[in-house]
Amino acid sequence: MISLTRTFRRAIGRGVDTPAAVPRAPSRASVLEMPPIDIAPNDPILAYFHAGSGAVAIDDLQLDSPAVRALRSAGVKLVVPLISQGELIGLLNLGRRLSDQDYSTDDRRLLEKLAAQASPAVRVAQLVREQEAEVRARERISQELRVAQLIQQQFLPKTLPNLPGWQIAAFYRAAAEVGGDFYDFIDLPGGRVGLVVGDVTGHGVPAALVMATTRSVLRSEAARLVSPSKLLERVNDFLHADIPQNMFVTCLYAVLEPATGALTYANAGHDLPFVRRGNEVLELRATGMPLGALPGMHYDEKEATLAPGDVMVLHSDGLAEAHDPQHEMYGFPRMRKLIGELGTGHELIDGLLESLHAFTGPAWEQEDDITLVTLSRSPARGETEHVLVEFEESSAPGNERRIMDRVASSVRDVGLDPKRFERLKTAVSEAAMNAIEHGNRLDVELPVHVRVSVTDDELLVRIVDNGGGREIPEPETPDLEAKLQGLQKPRGWGLFLIKNMVDDMRVHTTNMHHSIELVMKLAAKKGADDAHD
Amino acid sequence: MPMTESTAPVRYRDGTAVVDLPAQIDASAERALNEAYATAAGHGSKTVLLNFGRVEFLSSTGIALVVGILARARKDGRAITASGLSDHYREIFEITRLSDFMKIYADESAALKGGEAT
Repeated sequence: MISLTRTFRRAIGRGVDTPAAVPRAPSRASVLEMPPIDIAPNDPILAYFHAGSGAVAIDDLQLDSPAVRALRSAGVKLVVPLISQGELIGLLNLGRRLSDQDYSTDDRRLLEKLAAQASPAVRVAQLVREQEAEVRARERISQELRVAQLIQQQFLPKTLPNLPGWQIAAFYRAAAEVGGDFYDFIDLPGGRVGLVVGDVTGHGVPAALVMATTRSVLRSEAARLVSPSKLLERVNDFLHADIPQNMFVTCLYAVLEPATGALTYANAGHDLPFVRRGNEVLELRATGMPLGALPGMHYDEKEATLAPGDVMVLHSDGLAEAHDPQHEMYGFPRMRKLIGELGTGHELIDGLLESLHAFTGPAWEQEDDITLVTLSRSPARGETEHVLVEFEESSAPGNERRIMDRVASSVRDVGLDPKRFERLKTAVSEAAMNAIEHGNRLDVELPVHVRVSVTDDELLVRIVDNGGGREIPEPETPDLEAKLQGLQKPRGWGLFLIKNMVDDMRVHTTNMHHSIELVMKLAAKKGADDAHD
Repeated sequence: MPMTESTAPVRYRDGTAVVDLPAQIDASAERALNEAYATAAGHGSKTVLLNFGRVEFLSSTGIALVVGILARARKDGRAITASGLSDHYREIFEITRLSDFMKIYADESAALKGGEAT
């Protein structure tokens, strides 16, 4: 339906006999209260108006038209179409003349002239209004998205848990519209950890608010309710009472006992997690309705054990349900196959994202939030990897010293002699500086991720930045003579220094990240010292 | 970590300009080092001694600064010497071969006496 008369409600309804030049207070009799009249797009009167017949006496019309009937019942006697550039943009509706006489030919001519002159101005006014409304709508949407993003970011974990023998990595990227994905790690009594991944239906602020509520309820109830299924039941009942209509939350909740790898889990309609074990990729199945949909739901509770070397991938549907330009879906089978072929942690996440990028093409607009969380249990090779510290620092200039100091204080008890301790410090500060300056290009929003761990015979410091896509060059021995002669720039010592300070340097580059792993042998300490001396 | 502007005061002893380097030799020390060398050169000292006694942190950018000063000194026909390096940074001067181009002394008095580097 279109409302042609609405714009003119205030202008119409006054008979032409009312002398405009003589102001007087409008009396009830002189003003027709005109309700807006909607005209359906297929109403035959539209064609009639378009035909350019000028002022139309409504009572004379022989048309089966709802609009004509509406105009008549509103007391309209004469209608003058307002046409701008061939388009009907409004109607000038006039009621009965105060004198009760019919409109004269002169009246009609005058009105038609008035309509012809007024139409372009009315059209301009309409366009300005439409434009203003559009701008307001755009501003409101963008403001809402900013709020949604803020809520989302506020409630996602700032740090990852530090679990000895486990490597945890997480990735979240909001779609343009900001969906309701979330993940969380909850510290539980007895060293156990609650793992959460979920997805709220819908987008924007409503989804973000439901996500924040769900997360808060999960957190507050998790410490009290040991059983994942009981927790989901509790959260479901809570949400069902308050959640907006047609919204619900899919959620997988698992409790991990890091020391043994024992996992208890329940699922409220969320995508099944994958577990890679050797060459196989399994799904952890458990059934249950999404949270908030119906009250009094019960959830399956299942158990599994994540063995040394196993990798669990929690995810949302943003990746598997992405489409390529031909509308083919990326799909869970493709994801599952790739999980079987890729590494662990960031390498696995980067591999999945690279594969998605190759599948969708560069012009792809992300359809939904993407969340990926991986938990990798260190392989049992007669050695156990123990994480000493894992942290992030922003890429502000000078933070390489802060990173160096934090790593240094974490390895004090590892047994490095003072000489090798100093070497490690230099290597760490240089690698961190490269990550800050070259990888993250001094963008303080981008973190440098640092993980320090020990195995039976190695100390490992891994430094990861967001500068993927560009290979780290092989370290070369700088030509000092050329530098002193001014033939080369004085800089370019970083990688050379790192290589000479540590026993091994493992570099890995993906499209998203660089990682450099500095290795100091612990058992072969003496030999390594000799090699450098 | 905030980048604070550092200073490298210059003293003159026995015809040698002694530059007391700041605790942190990285990008934050660039201006101080270059100004110190310019001051020493302006004084006409034939030898500039870089005193590393206070240095706690030397980055590859700091090494590049030292290389830059060494290059300027060679052009100017001026000698650069160093003293007060910790064992660790002395090792770095050896690995980078900076020690091939500047005499390194254990401390300032040994440097002022001159002779063979220690």
